[in-house]
Amino acid sequence: MHQSSPFNHRLLPYLLVLPQIAVTLAFFIWPALNAVWLSTRQEDAFGLSSEFVGLEHYIAIFHDGTYTRALVNTAVFSTGVTVVSLALALLLAVMADRVVRGAMVYKTLLIWPYAVAPAVAGVIWWLAFNPSIGVVAYFINILGYDWNHLIKARDAMMLVIFAAAWKQISYNFLFFLAGLQAIPRSLIEAAALDGASPFRRFWTVIFPLLSPTTFFLLVVNIIYAFFDTFALIHATTAGGPAGSTETLVLKVFMDGFVGLDLGGSSAQSVVLMVMVMALTVVQFRFVERKVQY
Amino acid sequence: MVENRPWLTVIAHVVLLLGLLITAFPVWLTFVASTHEGTALTQFPMPLWPGSHFLDNYGTILFSGAKAAGGQPVLLMLGNSLIVALGIAVGKIAISIIAAYAIVYFRFPLRQTFFWMIFMTLMLPVEVRIMPTFEITANLGLLNSYSGLIVPLIASATATFLFRQFFLTIPVELVEAARLDGAGPIRFFRDVLLPLSRTNIAALFVILFIYGWNQYLWPLVVSTDPSLTTIMTGINALVRVPDSEPQWHLLMAMSMLAMLPPILVVVVMQKLFVRGLVETEK
Repeated sequence: MHQSSPFNHRLLPYLLVLPQIAVTLAFFIWPALNAVWLSTRQEDAFGLSSEFVGLEHYIAIFHDGTYTRALVNTAVFSTGVTVVSLALALLLAVMADRVVRGAMVYKTLLIWPYAVAPAVAGVIWWLAFNPSIGVVAYFINILGYDWNHLIKARDAMMLVIFAAAWKQISYNFLFFLAGLQAIPRSLIEAAALDGASPFRRFWTVIFPLLSPTTFFLLVVNIIYAFFDTFALIHATTAGGPAGSTETLVLKVFMDGFVGLDLGGSSAQSVVLMVMVMALTVVQFRFVERKVQY
Repeated sequence: MVENRPWLTVIAHVVLLLGLLITAFPVWLTFVASTHEGTALTQFPMPLWPGSHFLDNYGTILFSGAKAAGGQPVLLMLGNSLIVALGIAVGKIAISIIAAYAIVYFRFPLRQTFFWMIFMTLMLPVEVRIMPTFEITANLGLLNSYSGLIVPLIASATATFLFRQFFLTIPVELVEAARLDGAGPIRFFRDVLLPLSRTNIAALFVILFIYGWNQYLWPLVVSTDPSLTTIMTGINALVRVPDSEPQWHLLMAMSMLAMLPPILVVVVMQKLFVRGLVETEK
């Protein structure tokens, strides 16, 4: 920040922050506080009055089998998405970093899935895996497995993991490639002179030097899998079959808008807010270190 | 290259080509499906080569829409998506750049408080607080309006931080010189800061346009008026047609049209896009 204020104006700075602050207060902070408030209230059957019930909704959701199921689904889903998209992106980035000729072309051809909307990413893989016309499903059938994400819980989960990971690969690829290109060539050359094979060089030199990027991407991918994939799941499996792909954000929406359970949905919102806060804090503490590095 | 190992380079190309194939494959299927008539898409597996109904399908969907899903023409949905995406991108940039300007160039009571309030928005994605946000939007009478689709989403910590970081790198001498020349705060902002921020604004615009175009949940809950359908809620409506397999040919034509604008933006403005992506994560 500038040491002394370059401009003295009493009203102007307030006018300048006003639009941002107004939107923040009305549509972010007020709803968040409201969720906390509603999560401690129980409405009567007609929605006319409500009474304070303390932590009852929180206790209720953690005793609710469908909530713990969503919790497990979210854990499986975000682990799957993060592992698959990070692994594939790292592989592609390492290869692109090796290739001298055509690296830029590969980059251009790999980054566009970032622009595909989560809903559309879901729908197009939904077609590819569709058990009655899908090409991928057809080949899986030939291999001897009867693929059907419409009735099999595990297939449905694999479908949404795959679609979500596909969309995130381009983002991870860009950051991995930038990270790889920032590693000093001299280090790799020194290792090569010492007789380390390319494979060994990767694990002992390159991968450790890449760890800040990997950690950063890990957090970003978890946040992505938790919150940005609502559309992808809602537009395809819609949480089914039988709730097997219902994640936490999907459940907040379903219980709130479809089930009209205000208190329960609000309690779920609050739990999710705590999770994002924790993740954001981790992300920002890391960014501080990245500056030093 | 550190050493010459031709077979490794070959492997690298093979892996990359496989990667490209996996990446492009579903989009190819989508395109193929969008060029066949509905009855061709009942065989297992579906055809792998484009059919002859490209113009039919796209014509139908663009100008009259899918009957099963309310029959809104997709041209209208694309128009709505464009308005929403532009509104969100421009809105976020506009309110963030002036907020960052105030925070960097002025000393005033509550400055830190405002800064932290803006920071808080990072931790409150719309999916998490959907019910109460819907409620306040309804209370403000913004349901079924473009303002309702746009305004609640335009607060941006990321954009504010980006501009703040950038302003902090601008030498103080520049401000002093401007002041000696008699420029007031508004003049300085308009004639010095804004032109200097041009690249940042463009990079941010690319990212935010994509963000706005791809919005799904918010339009789904704030607008029930068919004339406000965006392309994403339109896709949802066509997927959700009860008790039947979706009309794949129309659904896939719609998906193609939904993908095209943001992909074009990324490919054409690749440099700005990469810059925006990297900058916003700092």
